[in-house]
Amino acid sequence: MTVISTQKDAAALSMTIVAEFDASVERVWRIWEDPRQLERWWGPPAYPATFEQHDFVPGGSASYYMTSPEGEKSRGWWRFTAIEAPNRLEFDDGFADDNGEPVAAMGTAHGVVTLEAVDGRTRMTVVSNFESAEQLEQMMAMGMEEGMKEAMGQIDAILADPALSR
Amino acid sequence: MVVDQLGDTGIDRLFQALADATRRDIVAKAMAGEYSVSGLAALYDMSFAAVQKHVAVLERASLITKQKRGREQIVRVHYEGLQRARRLLDEYEAIWRQRAGRIAEILAED
Repeated sequence: MTVISTQKDAAALSMTIVAEFDASVERVWRIWEDPRQLERWWGPPAYPATFEQHDFVPGGSASYYMTSPEGEKSRGWWRFTAIEAPNRLEFDDGFADDNGEPVAAMGTAHGVVTLEAVDGRTRMTVVSNFESAEQLEQMMAMGMEEGMKEAMGQIDAILADPALSR
Repeated sequence: MVVDQLGDTGIDRLFQALADATRRDIVAKAMAGEYSVSGLAALYDMSFAAVQKHVAVLERASLITKQKRGREQIVRVHYEGLQRARRLLDEYEAIWRQRAGRIAEILAED
């Protein structure tokens, strides 16, 4: 299985997911570093993400949008608060308006990603912290939930294939 | 799929979501009886400010509410908030499980 464990703390509004991949730490790092690879997995197939900016350095920013099946764009931004290649990155994550400007009222989420080599594989741990349930709800409303349901069959097929899911 | 699980989400299951021992205990106490913030603070081997902070985290997450009564702040469990947070985190978890699946798919192309 790709996903080893998850932990959710409803009181602190945080979620931790641990996954392992059959690839080197350097290789897994590139799926974060390379925007063309990042946009292949960040959004579900029905709501693909497009990264217009991806300044992958400490203090750098990323801006992206997700496109709904109807062609509507939802924008988001990241700010990289720590980047220690190839083992650790931290970023703030929020919504943006049509001009790509952060929408402060919707709050900021914080993500911490660590990569470590374990028995020839790479263990990726992602910890996400949210400021409020409203923010989390907004994020789901951004189309992710719909896209998620549509993508379900496809993802299940991937996960069921031992050659691909390991 | 995720939303369907909400139906049989009992108190036990919700408690699992409360990973912090002190906050879990605060919610458990507020479910069982009526406590003020200072009443709660007296029960723990930590400062009033520390307990107040835990209560504030729970309140911000819409898991409890505070009601003013005289000089006291009575802590009450906000059951809808607790369920909503749990449901949202379930959905967010599903999103990340799919992301991990897509990453594995990309890596398998190498």
